[in-house]
Amino acid sequence: MPYIPHTPDEQQRMLDVVGVSSLEELFAEIPADLRPKSFDLPEGLGEYEVLRHLETLAEKNNTRLVGFLGAGFYDHAIPAAVDFLTARGEFATAYTPYQPEASQGLLQAIFEYQTAICRLMDMEYANASVYDGGTALYEAMMMAVRQTKRRKIVVDECVNPIYRRMLDCYTSNLQLEMIVISHKEGSSDLPALSKAVDTDTAAVIVQNPNFFGALEDFSELFAHASSQRALNIISVYPLMQSILKTPGAMGADIATAEGQSLGLPLSFGGPYLGIMACSKALIRQMPGRIAGRTTDGEGRTGYVLTLQAREQHIRRHKATSNICSNQALCAMRAIVYLCLMGPQGLANTATHSAELAHYAARRLLKLPGTRMLSERPFANEFALVLPKPAYAVIDRLTRRGYLPGFPLGRYYPGLENVLLIACTEKNTREDIGILKELLGGAL
Amino acid sequence: MKTIFEQSVPGRPGVGLRELKKDLTGLIPQELARDGLPCLPQVSELDVVRHFTRLSRLNFGVDSHFYPLGSCTMKYNPKFIEQAASLPGFSRLHPLVPQFRGAGHFAQGALEVIYETERLLCEITGMAGFTVHPMAGSHGELTGAMIIAAYHKDKGRNRSKVIVPDSAHGTNPASAAIAGFDVISLESRDGIIDPQALEAVLSKDVAAVMMTCPNTLGLFEQHLPRIVELVRSVDALLYYDGANLNAILGKMRVGEAGFDVVHLNLHKTFGTPHGGGGPGSGPVGVCQRLVDYLPVSRVGKQEDGQFFLNYDHPKSIGYVAPFYGNFAVYLKAYAYILRLGRKGLIRVSENAVLAANYLRKRLENHLEIPFNRICMHEFVASAVRQAAKGVRAVDIAKALLDKGHHAPTVYFPLIVKEALMFEPTETESLDTLDQFVDDLIAILEQVEQDPAAVQSAPRKTPVSRLDEVKAARNLELTDQCRLED
Repeated sequence: MPYIPHTPDEQQRMLDVVGVSSLEELFAEIPADLRPKSFDLPEGLGEYEVLRHLETLAEKNNTRLVGFLGAGFYDHAIPAAVDFLTARGEFATAYTPYQPEASQGLLQAIFEYQTAICRLMDMEYANASVYDGGTALYEAMMMAVRQTKRRKIVVDECVNPIYRRMLDCYTSNLQLEMIVISHKEGSSDLPALSKAVDTDTAAVIVQNPNFFGALEDFSELFAHASSQRALNIISVYPLMQSILKTPGAMGADIATAEGQSLGLPLSFGGPYLGIMACSKALIRQMPGRIAGRTTDGEGRTGYVLTLQAREQHIRRHKATSNICSNQALCAMRAIVYLCLMGPQGLANTATHSAELAHYAARRLLKLPGTRMLSERPFANEFALVLPKPAYAVIDRLTRRGYLPGFPLGRYYPGLENVLLIACTEKNTREDIGILKELLGGAL
Repeated sequence: MKTIFEQSVPGRPGVGLRELKKDLTGLIPQELARDGLPCLPQVSELDVVRHFTRLSRLNFGVDSHFYPLGSCTMKYNPKFIEQAASLPGFSRLHPLVPQFRGAGHFAQGALEVIYETERLLCEITGMAGFTVHPMAGSHGELTGAMIIAAYHKDKGRNRSKVIVPDSAHGTNPASAAIAGFDVISLESRDGIIDPQALEAVLSKDVAAVMMTCPNTLGLFEQHLPRIVELVRSVDALLYYDGANLNAILGKMRVGEAGFDVVHLNLHKTFGTPHGGGGPGSGPVGVCQRLVDYLPVSRVGKQEDGQFFLNYDHPKSIGYVAPFYGNFAVYLKAYAYILRLGRKGLIRVSENAVLAANYLRKRLENHLEIPFNRICMHEFVASAVRQAAKGVRAVDIAKALLDKGHHAPTVYFPLIVKEALMFEPTETESLDTLDQFVDDLIAILEQVEQDPAAVQSAPRKTPVSRLDEVKAARNLELTDQCRLED
């Protein structure tokens, strides 16, 4: 019996103490007609057999494609110490720190994570993380609805379309009015966004860099929204945040992000890390776990989960959210990553990625019939208009071992000819040269 | 212990410091660029390794301590599954890869993991369809509640209420409310649902009843067949909170028992570590008439054995997650299920229930046990007797930390005064259980002789009792230590 330590003799001693004659007697309260009619599962396998099976499955996935695929989820290098430290059993096999005296390591790490996120975003407070960047954006929207008691939300179409679909799903039974402002050639329509934000608006939701890779300064939009007492919500790319104008500097009330770029593997979509930071005034609307610093009886510094009166185990149906867990181990990866990189290392990684993308854009624009979708500045990702459908191009290049980017037509009808191309510090100028050759051949 | 920010030395290079070959100023226009570097620690790799290694030693985990935290199912997590989840063929796979036309063949192994995991969970629970997308147990509840809403809406009904018994997990009412329902709380009687009380609140306005079974008192809901009948009579749906599934593997399949929707906490029953609060994984299973409403994408299998992503589900509630849930977490659960197999899973629940009852019997003369009968995988005791002497449940919990055990869950469920909720799980040896009981009895004896000693616990942990009121009043949520750039 794997992982069950009891010998038959011990089992008998336990049954005797309980006062029942068999294991079956312990389940007497489950009526006979509720017993399983089937439990048709495979017989157990040895550890190495399971591993061999999974190795076979892993090999069926092609991870050797040279990638320029980003679209919100990026293949950055991860220092080895991140895996090493977060794999420690004391962190990985712990539960939510309900007994703070027995969980100081985790609580201090969360506190340091909150600090690092606030400094990266130039915001005042952060929570201990939520599931992913999409749920973070949804929770931010609900914070604004609760805070303003208004029901109109203005969303920029340049926000990640996957996240916008999540917002649609979560709000389908709530009486919220979602107004989506169309993009203009891959850029935010700032005048239209501004015009849509009025005294009925709970929040305006934007993204930087936007889904097309374009950079924006939302300071004026945010100033206008604040004058209408609407909240400003911005979703950002946290690694790139080390060189880009911050949410705080733009006047955001809530900043959210997908934290995957901070030391988390792509892992076919998860687990990822939902980052949330806000201004001081909004902390009681913040969902999820929050670690705070305090002292013990002898005056020593220690950490606890705080503001728990917002949470479901106390407030039940009146809680600020139903989120019970956070992504503690993923947040741990992020803080370890940020410490290893340091401020300059982080900025260099971001700059290096952006420099490669600019080089790629210069090279690829030499191909006849190509142009940039947006004239806005960009960082490490850009939308390239091709003379033919992007899907067909991708299809041809993947057969040569190259994944040239994301076909924007998948989420934006009318943009079938547009390819979204991302670089990280893991790409090389040589790869970009080959990409240009292959792309040239496919057009 | 100093924070990593306090250890920062200006100019000390981190591992990520890669020299840039040329001056790249001007790459990003100044008005869109950050003003200065972020104020993050400047430390060496050894600084970081030592700091987080030291922090890890201030933390209790299952690998280091017995963790009988009720309703959390803190069992041992086999190590080989970590190897499985870190295989590069999985960890390096970009989630958008199979979403292009014809690109599904680049992710056949990963799609097979999703397909097979959902199929195995269907067999374990007796449900018709499953989704692995929800990223935690309560996320599964919300997904389930949204499926319920979509079903009634599709039938043209206006069902605004959800009934949640007071013995259900606290996330149940929160999830129902977040999904847009009004929540009716139902009082238990003798620790379980009273069918008459349920009947009194059931009506054609009720969309669903959310049940935790065994409930948070560790008790099986004996009136289940009658409850199913009542819920059916108003054509509402019955939801099963599967966080406590560890108690009934192979003993009851919730689909056959009459439940319409179930969520599972894979990080509890299926042996994946909880990570100090997450990531988890909360798949949702549904009966046949709800399959159409499951979130997209869904993995299908063609006749030639190829797997593909299917978005063609017009009644689907949509996207609850950006991709396919917490892939690396349910991959671990998949490995765990294959390792244990049919017999192994049945033995899990048998031995978990045995261990809980053993602990209950050994403690029954020392602590008040309000519903002292055969329990499932956990039971709730009460420290009311000790409270009369001024020693509360929380004091007993802290004294256990000093003895080298994690504490049970305290003050939950809310319906038992001075609650202490124990869940030993199937992976703890009899020696560990006995040592725990002996240590707990010693604490309870000390309550009689020297209550002040118990009230002042813990003393052997890195910090003693922390001031939680102060933490909430004087909010200090970030390190104010400033660093030089």
